[in-house]
Amino acid sequence: MAGVQVSNVSRSFGAHKALDDVSIDFADGGFYALLGPSGSGKTTLLRQIAGFDFPDSGRIAIGGESVERVPVEKRRIGMVFQNYALFPNMSVADNVAFGLSVRGEPKATTATEVQRALDLVQLSKLGGRRPHQLSGGQRQRVALARAIVTKPRVLLLDEPLGALDKALRVDMQIELKRIQREIGITTIFVTHDQEEALTMSDRIGILRDGRLVQEGPPEEIYDRPQSEFAATFLGDANIFRGDATGDGIRLSDGTAIAAGAGAKLTAGARASCAVRPERIQISTGAGRSDAGGANVLNGQVSKRIFAGSNSTYFVDRDGQTLKVIIQNTGAERLAEGQDVVLRWSPESTVLIAAV
Amino acid sequence: MAAQGATATRSGLRSALPLLAPAYLWLTVAIFLPLSAMVFFSFMTELSLSGKPWAFTLGNYAAFFSQSLYLTLLLASLRLGLEVTLWCIVIGYPAAYVLAKVLKGRSREAIFLLVILPFWSNGLVRIFSWAMVLREGGILDTALNAVLPFKINIDLMYSYPAVIIGLVHSYVPYMVLTCYLTLQAIDDSLIEAGRSLGATRLQVLKRIIIPLSMPGLVAGAALIFVPVVGSFMEPRILGGRTGTFYGTVIEDQFVAVFNWPLGAALSFILLAVVLVILAVASPVLRRAA
Ligand SMILES: Nc1ncnc2c1ncn2[C@@H]1O[C@H](COP(=O)(O)OP(=O)(O)OP(=O)(O)O)[C@@H](O)[C@H]1O
Ligand SMILES: [Mg+2]
Repeated sequence: MAGVQVSNVSRSFGAHKALDDVSIDFADGGFYALLGPSGSGKTTLLRQIAGFDFPDSGRIAIGGESVERVPVEKRRIGMVFQNYALFPNMSVADNVAFGLSVRGEPKATTATEVQRALDLVQLSKLGGRRPHQLSGGQRQRVALARAIVTKPRVLLLDEPLGALDKALRVDMQIELKRIQREIGITTIFVTHDQEEALTMSDRIGILRDGRLVQEGPPEEIYDRPQSEFAATFLGDANIFRGDATGDGIRLSDGTAIAAGAGAKLTAGARASCAVRPERIQISTGAGRSDAGGANVLNGQVSKRIFAGSNSTYFVDRDGQTLKVIIQNTGAERLAEGQDVVLRWSPESTVLIAAV
Repeated sequence: MAAQGATATRSGLRSALPLLAPAYLWLTVAIFLPLSAMVFFSFMTELSLSGKPWAFTLGNYAAFFSQSLYLTLLLASLRLGLEVTLWCIVIGYPAAYVLAKVLKGRSREAIFLLVILPFWSNGLVRIFSWAMVLREGGILDTALNAVLPFKINIDLMYSYPAVIIGLVHSYVPYMVLTCYLTLQAIDDSLIEAGRSLGATRLQVLKRIIIPLSMPGLVAGAALIFVPVVGSFMEPRILGGRTGTFYGTVIEDQFVAVFNWPLGAALSFILLAVVLVILAVASPVLRRAA
């Protein structure tokens, strides 16, 4: 087992910078999610770590040793590809055995190791099948078994659950997490799916246009996004733009919004505030005094979407549409067109420097 | 359920018939009729073009077994087929690999064109061009002597190697094309997966790429082996006196000796031998693939 250190890595394809000075420390035994829009460089970063491609500059170390001159087959990594990449000319068991047999392990130990790996992914009965005779979820598990049977130092997963439907996906997330915890392997997991990243990983890195936008534990990124992009890419956020006042911002119409978290900015600079939709309370405004310095805005409900356990209200306010999510407790529902008051605490408000 | 399915296929066949008819008609006219005429000839004592009397006989087939020359020539032709096929694999497979997996974009198109070019040139022109290259004082001889400090004599004309060179050049595009198609269909991520599991490039080649491209190799080999065993043009022009093979003997019967019945009988023996070889080889190759 070993951690992975990526230091100042850049990689260009022609004039296009696919990776731009990226530095991330992947801790030993951790589960790390790489998140970002399509084309942001997630796959490119994995390929640098795996050794399929090489950085123009920067350094990559696995287990503390630079791998600059180490070819793929010597890096001792396990990779699960987005399309699984199972060998169609081999049975499931031979696929899993491949990594052991190319390094000349004796037949007997190979067989027991393969059986153990297939047990781990709960496919012990399907060893004799060909890959094309498996379902998508089974293929994915074979790919995982094949990657971990060689006891790699690092497991690289490139959107391995991308092709699965929602129910299977959730099953596989749980199983993947269980296996990862069981063998305690450093795992780097690329995904498009923010929910997947939030639920599965100990740390998340958000990439955008080849740059690392923000990095940290899921709660920290969700609660304290450092940019509008991070705020809106991971989860939903209402963004207010204005001038910094020292402990918040002032909107163009003079309304002050207090922020209890985020950057410290000098007064007068351009800044934004981000608020999560579920942190805002919505009411008709009657019978409540404005206590405790909460942020208060008036608006009008323009749309309501009922989603079972919760409802999403879209509230128009001064040309901006705000999103509010509330739990459905059975209390009265607000009608479209109704005037409402929005309240939320400064602690739920994150101050972000404008770029 | 089953009955319904059967009706569906039957009505599907009926509606497909008008579409299939021209193809079958063409096959009947172009292959079946001449072939059955040849079968008929092969059992005649004499081709009665000049009104001579003729009878049915097995003598043409017996001739093959009564003279050891035919068997010797057949074996020589089979060996020629095998050697040419092997050379085509040795040259064609790496070329196909480079085309499918290494080159990209424009350079791939350009090299592809070069590989296909022999296909588009007339067979005779191709062979006589080789004759100009290979003969003493020819292009190869002159060029080598211009470069090398010492004097050497290169005269490959009218030799077995010349026949091989000519045939390989004519047939290697088949191997390149069939292998290119199967190699191109191999996803690059399979190769990367192999490498990430600790396999060297050579192990990836042996255990993933070659097995997956085996159908292309087999198809190419069959496409080359069969016509080369019966070939006569290259052996005759480039081989000269050494270029007597089974195919040239058959050709002689048709164009020089006018013994069509014997020529036809020899052709069918060749056909039978080739079919047996393919039948024996195919399960072995299928298992390898
Ligand atoms: N071999 C290559 N040649 C040229 N450009 C490339 C190459 N590989 C990647 N790129 C470019 O680099 C950028 C990053 O690609 P990458 O595959 O890393 O994105 P990604 O974040 O994995 O996206 P996705 O979520 O769609 O898989 C893209 O703009 C892509 O076009
Ligand atoms: Mg990708």
